[in-house]
Amino acid sequence: MAENLTFRYKISGDDFTRAGEASSNVKSKLKQMGVDNNAIRKVAIAMYEGEINMVIHANGGTITVEISSDNIHLVLADTGPGIADIEKAMREGYSTAPEEVRSLGFGAGMGLPNMKKYSDNMTIESVVGVGTTVTMDIHL
Amino acid sequence: MTIRKIQELLDADVLLGNELLDKNADFVFSSDMMSDVLAFADEQSILITGLCNPQVVRTAEMLDIICIIFVRGKLPDAHTLEMAKERKIVVLGTSHKMFTTCGILYENGLRGGA
Repeated sequence: MAENLTFRYKISGDDFTRAGEASSNVKSKLKQMGVDNNAIRKVAIAMYEGEINMVIHANGGTITVEISSDNIHLVLADTGPGIADIEKAMREGYSTAPEEVRSLGFGAGMGLPNMKKYSDNMTIESVVGVGTTVTMDIHL
Repeated sequence: MTIRKIQELLDADVLLGNELLDKNADFVFSSDMMSDVLAFADEQSILITGLCNPQVVRTAEMLDIICIIFVRGKLPDAHTLEMAKERKIVVLGTSHKMFTTCGILYENGLRGGA
């Protein structure tokens, strides 16, 4: 790839059934570009978890995907309630998701740990009452 | 094992993907929690679940799962099926409960994988 490509997605917070559309779109784009399957899988899972989190916790947000020849950089930004205790939120099994979210198959407390697991680098910046920005890199 | 064989063992209905039943799958993951599927499914290409919503198909898509088996006689709605169709995912429905479904497949040689 000679040039870097950037895609931006606005994630709606009011329709759980549509959550994941952006991740699905990125997955098809990466496939078309001939990106390595293992990397596609990592990007798809990490982004999908982030997208679901945005819908569940933050009433949506924006996702930016920057693709360069050796890296995929994801920035997930929301203006939701923020994360009070990031260390706790990173613990497998810890969840603040309401019961209704669990009945939809999410809120098992695996979202952020999963994002860390599938990305090569992840940072979380969060201010309570202001919002959360998660950045992830998946190396190609 | 082919999906056709799995369908026979489970006496399952083919809700989608009649033309894809000769595809092979050796590893299976079962859960109603999609978070856990995303966390723990690795080489598995079949998902057994009792959860019926579009996120089941999305989860399967992200993991390159080729076949979803809905247990306990539950059936996904038309929108969910349409999504699976677009992604060429085989959808089976069985009236067996999850434990029994897993037991039958394990007994016949399918495994959980890594």
